[in-house]
Amino acid sequence: MELWFNEYHSADMKFSFRVRRQLYSRHSNFQQIQVLDSYEFGRVLVMDGFIMMTEKDEFIYHEMITHVPMAVHPGIGRVLVIGGGDGGVLRELCRYPGIQEMVLVEIDPMAVEVAREYLPTVSGSFDDPRVTILHEDGLRYVRRFQDSFDLIIVDSTDPFGPGESLFTREFYSNCRRALKADGILVNQHEGPYYREDAQEAAAIHKKTSALFPIARVYQAHIPTYPAGHWLFGFMSNSRDPLEDFDPAAWEALGLDTRYYNTELHRGAFCLPTYVKRLLQEGEILDNVFKRAIEGRIWPPDQEKEPEDHEEA
Amino acid sequence: MSKGQGRPYALDQSQAPLYDALQEFRKRRMVSFDVPGHKQGRGNEELTAFLGKQCLSVDVNAMKMLDSLIHPTGVIDEAQKLAADAFGADSSFFMVNGTTSAVQAMILSSCAPGDKIIMPRNVHRSAINALILSRAVPVYVNPSVNQKLGIPLGMAVEDVAAAIGEHPDAKAILVNNPTYYGVCADLLTMVDLAHNAGMRVLVDEAHGTHFYFSDQLPLSAMEAGADMAAVSLHKTGGSLTQSSLLLLGPRMRSERGYVGQIINLTQTTSGSYLLLSSLDISRRNLALRGSSIYQRVIEFADYARREINMIGGYDAFSSEKCDGRAFFAFDYCKLPVHTRAMGLSGIEVYDLLRDDYDIQIEFGDLHNLLAILSVGDRPVGIERLIAALADIRLVHGCEPATDLIVEYIKPQVAMTPAQAFYAPSERLPFASCVGRIASESVMCYPPGIPIVAPGEIVTPEALEYIRYAKEKGSQMTGTEDPAVEYLYVILE
Repeated sequence: MELWFNEYHSADMKFSFRVRRQLYSRHSNFQQIQVLDSYEFGRVLVMDGFIMMTEKDEFIYHEMITHVPMAVHPGIGRVLVIGGGDGGVLRELCRYPGIQEMVLVEIDPMAVEVAREYLPTVSGSFDDPRVTILHEDGLRYVRRFQDSFDLIIVDSTDPFGPGESLFTREFYSNCRRALKADGILVNQHEGPYYREDAQEAAAIHKKTSALFPIARVYQAHIPTYPAGHWLFGFMSNSRDPLEDFDPAAWEALGLDTRYYNTELHRGAFCLPTYVKRLLQEGEILDNVFKRAIEGRIWPPDQEKEPEDHEEA
Repeated sequence: MSKGQGRPYALDQSQAPLYDALQEFRKRRMVSFDVPGHKQGRGNEELTAFLGKQCLSVDVNAMKMLDSLIHPTGVIDEAQKLAADAFGADSSFFMVNGTTSAVQAMILSSCAPGDKIIMPRNVHRSAINALILSRAVPVYVNPSVNQKLGIPLGMAVEDVAAAIGEHPDAKAILVNNPTYYGVCADLLTMVDLAHNAGMRVLVDEAHGTHFYFSDQLPLSAMEAGADMAAVSLHKTGGSLTQSSLLLLGPRMRSERGYVGQIINLTQTTSGSYLLLSSLDISRRNLALRGSSIYQRVIEFADYARREINMIGGYDAFSSEKCDGRAFFAFDYCKLPVHTRAMGLSGIEVYDLLRDDYDIQIEFGDLHNLLAILSVGDRPVGIERLIAALADIRLVHGCEPATDLIVEYIKPQVAMTPAQAFYAPSERLPFASCVGRIASESVMCYPPGIPIVAPGEIVTPEALEYIRYAKEKGSQMTGTEDPAVEYLYVILE
């Protein structure tokens, strides 16, 4: 028998990989958590049916969400990580001797337990003495702080489910307040390709750019995420991710990375035109494409969308 | 007496006869040659795709196996008896024209034309409208006002006693309990006073469904011995919008048939089975699980109050404001927040929450906002509300306004609402209406409490309130003029 894991990337597109066996599956108070052993990606952490990370490509996500801000602000001492229960962000952060304190606020204790048990290559830094782990709602935690953190990394799930409140204006606004004047907020910004992800990405960018004078988006190529293409947001009141980028200082740390490097740092902020349009004008690729093919080729045979009736 | 879980119900509350009958109806795959014409959804694909096949398949007409709302003898009758048992009432009516129709049925079945009814002036438009339909004569009791919060409270017992003394011929007392803000009156004492004077007690309990299922909440109308109560099961109990209950106490037993006749004067003869089944299913849920559900709601609300009060600038008030009189008890499931100290009106915060944060609350008035918590709330929603309020204060907060306009304006009554409504009238711009008698209402909606009601003299105070409320962005309604710039007043 062959066992395959499927994840829908859109209603009409699924991503699939072959599974050797299921190592863990339980419902926590917040979500269903599974760990699968796969042939292609090694161990895979799945939450509510969505891939959170795989052993084989997690380095891309975790390096990009961590090293980009760290290379812009070498003086980072106090870091807040919201979400990130698998420990991957902490692992990368712990490589910086300059960081004095890391607080991980992960709402679901079971996420941390599962990572500890089944994902040792990712979760190895939970016991670093600089790390404090708290299990509570990220929004609730962050609204108590003012002028406190040099860096906030939001390593969230999706805008539905337990991570819902981490995609709201009130959350970003409270993060801004919790940051020091030259602090940085980095957020996973969802993907630009499939319609629903793209709409979220545009909505997140709209909310963050209304709040922060500097709100830049960068990208990475992550094979197991929808379309293999994911976005991150870099927000700050004063630090620009390119103008304040200090490659020499970062190189001097001598960190060995597999995805991030200082040339890629600049390149990651160069976005494809369709992504720029998505962020600037909210134009969804899906709509453009559908209009074009329906207009030219198709007599649309099914599920015709109702016409927009414009009032005169 | 423990309510909800563990209360000794007389009937088996795990039953849901109307729900069962609809399930059975589905199984029988009946061929319909009756109305509704969509025939279980087949005739309207777009609607079926939107609302769901399950839903359309039980949007059906009255028939033998499903009973009939206008003359229940089968499953609707059984479901109404179960509801009466769950709410500690002698009997109940399922209402599908909203709690508005329940309030009207209470007044119309208690007052013939010309009969007096004692009531607070800060009632919902449905009660004022019932006065037009019934031609009853209101004896208004001015509600006390909490000057600091700027909100009207309930009626004080002394004021009710005085009204009873002055109008011993009144037929009934209408009590609004709880008010929108969660303020409760001393219902038990009022019931005693009224019954000793031979008057009925009618309770507009639109916001009080949950009182029947928790020990920690104020007394419900039926527990207090009231004669009738209009209960909006859809507001905090989880049934579909527009579905409601009319409860009757034991003293109304011989009058039940008459109340039914009154209801049938205005209620639809095609009662929606979607609404009816939602009443049946919600009643079962509350009877079986209400106590723990509302325990959780109270915990959420209390948590939100603590956290909001820590933000500064907001006063999420609770029972500490009780005064033993007009603010006799507080409904802990409500979350009213006084916003004046942070310089914004409730309506401004209400608009900001909706426009900037995608958070819709029940209403904002000039100094307060009101969030309603119910069976459907989740911690994430509560956290978002608290965080958004914190953010609004920091972004928009300013020096508190010094002008406190109180929410309640004492009316000057010139004639009854019915006399004014039917009298020849003319349409004038608001500014020219001072001193004239209004023949229609004007109100902010929500909350839907008329600022000026038919038969009342338009005062400069009322005009100032309307101007101020409009300026702050309140949604105004009540007038024939959709723009709410003109008012019909009685011809002089």
